[in-house]
Amino acid sequence: MIRIFINLIALVAMLFSIGLSVSYGAIDIKLMTVWQAVFDFQPDLSTHQVIQELRLPRAIAAALIGAFLAVAGSVMQGMTRNPLASPSILGVTDGAAFALVISLAFFSNISNLGMNLASWIGAGIAVVLIFMVGSFSKDGLTPVKLALAGVAIGMMLRSVSSMIALHFQLEKQMGFWLAGGLEGTNWSSVKMLFISGIIGFLPAIAISKSITVLSLGEDIATGLGQRNIVIKVIGILSVLILTGAAVSVAGVVGFVGLIVPHITRFIMGTDYRWIIPSAAIFGALLLVLSDVVARVVNAPFETPVGAITSLIGVPFFLYLARGNGGGKS
Amino acid sequence: MNTTEAGKQRKFLLIMMLLIALLIILFFISLNTGVIRISPGDVLRTLLHNGTARQQLILFDFRLPGILLALLIGAGLAVSGVILQGVTQNELADPGILGINTGAGLAVILFLFFSQNRLDTSGTFSIFMMPLFALLGALGAAILIYGLAWKKGVNPIRLVLVGIGVNAGFSALLVIFQLKMDPQNFRQATVWLSGDIWNANWSFVLALLPWMLILIPLALFKANALNAMNLGDGIASGLGVSVEKNRVILLFIAVALAGAAVAAGGAIAFLGLVVPHIARKIIGPLHQYIIPISTLIGALLLMIADTVGKNILAPAQVPVGIIVAIISAPYFIYLLMKAK
Repeated sequence: MIRIFINLIALVAMLFSIGLSVSYGAIDIKLMTVWQAVFDFQPDLSTHQVIQELRLPRAIAAALIGAFLAVAGSVMQGMTRNPLASPSILGVTDGAAFALVISLAFFSNISNLGMNLASWIGAGIAVVLIFMVGSFSKDGLTPVKLALAGVAIGMMLRSVSSMIALHFQLEKQMGFWLAGGLEGTNWSSVKMLFISGIIGFLPAIAISKSITVLSLGEDIATGLGQRNIVIKVIGILSVLILTGAAVSVAGVVGFVGLIVPHITRFIMGTDYRWIIPSAAIFGALLLVLSDVVARVVNAPFETPVGAITSLIGVPFFLYLARGNGGGKS
Repeated sequence: MNTTEAGKQRKFLLIMMLLIALLIILFFISLNTGVIRISPGDVLRTLLHNGTARQQLILFDFRLPGILLALLIGAGLAVSGVILQGVTQNELADPGILGINTGAGLAVILFLFFSQNRLDTSGTFSIFMMPLFALLGALGAAILIYGLAWKKGVNPIRLVLVGIGVNAGFSALLVIFQLKMDPQNFRQATVWLSGDIWNANWSFVLALLPWMLILIPLALFKANALNAMNLGDGIASGLGVSVEKNRVILLFIAVALAGAAVAAGGAIAFLGLVVPHIARKIIGPLHQYIIPISTLIGALLLMIADTVGKNILAPAQVPVGIIVAIISAPYFIYLLMKAK
């Protein structure tokens, strides 16, 4: 009961912050006007047009991307029992950005769907690399090794991306992706996010109970008759789809996938049937608010939202590094 | 015992000579490659002041300072890595991974941002001030990381994790300040931060040279303390080494080396990590051998990366830090897989 209540509050807060995000900008718009633009749209009013064409898709995209990254992080942390697992720390986001730069370099008029596919493949490459490091490692992937391998793989992919970007003179687009930002989101990106969201989110919900079992340890899960391999494959696919879609729209937005699952577990307990949907709401809330901050902090210029989430996330990461994350191994 | 000691010394001298020969060969290769090629004979003639005015200009005003800077930066980062790995007893320590480079970079960007709001490298004042500010930034980062990692002592793994976190935070701050610069300076800052020996000129060489000439011999002088620390704090103090005092001095040397290197060459990651490993593999665990060999290998590696970066996408230049990362990240991952 109390968990439903908390989720409801978070949901309302998120809707409210979407309203805030829509009303804040170069022209301040009253919340009432936002309401009217959504439910009583008048095409000849310029404020209504700004809201409908620019602000609203941006705010919704922010919410979806925040939700995606948070769910991806939750699934990763639950499956690996690793407190540091998350899309940006493990270089998955860098992999997606890497593939995006390559596809832009060689197919400059690539479609949205093509970008998405590239982004998923890139995320997949990073995951495969991490797994390879893990399976060749002496005693598997401890949290620290996972983090270090992720940092190294991320850095390598980023360096190769930089080189490609330099050669094809794509530094600007590349810089945008690496910093993470929601400029230039429109309804077509929202539509794409929405479809990817359904493809990626449903399997995560479907295996949420199994993730709870898996988070108790693989031996216990096997003992309970669970087919861990199947669960892991579904989980990884879900992570890839969600992360890839997020990166193809907003670039590398760090730390959301790391922080939100921890906060969610702290509030909601250890049951992933609760954690995954709640993480989606909390993640959406966090990224919508971060996007508002990104626009306020250095107005009229936009700060990459990835820089904002990093600044929020670092103290949290440090806390983890001092505690469980660093204590082990 | 004495014979093996003598054998080791012979091996050491042999390797040093080999490395110096390699350096000289590469020096000439690097001098004569580039957009405008100059043959080795012409290089020699020009170095002896017998070349054409055009050749003199290219060599003395552009290539020579760039190469010398690469040598100094490579040596500085490598020795910094040797010390950090020895002091923290952590094979994965490196000024780049620990966030010391980014701290130095942040300080330099802030200095340039507040002093004139433009990356003016021609100003002699800022060239000589940059290593100082980089040192302050590196020191600040080091103290911050050490303090945050402190929890009844400093666990090496916690140190690396905290370093990664601090690094990410500094990078985010850097992006925010960079965005306040105008577009051209923004681009320059970006290139610089990915590790680039940009606008190399003699003032930079002169600004960096004293740091390396003082700090690297100082590190060599402390080699025995490093050897003792490698055995663990307990044994080290048993051997009569005052661990805490030496640790502070050595950390200061490492941080100062990294800071000065970053001021001139931007944030070059992994170099300080990989070179000490190679040196240890060649010569064993004694730091009086590791430090000189690392100095030369670091210089060699950065000179190679610099030459490759200049030519691989010519006429565009690839920042040297990118080349170093592409070469060394796989080696880092390999080390990671082998580590316990």
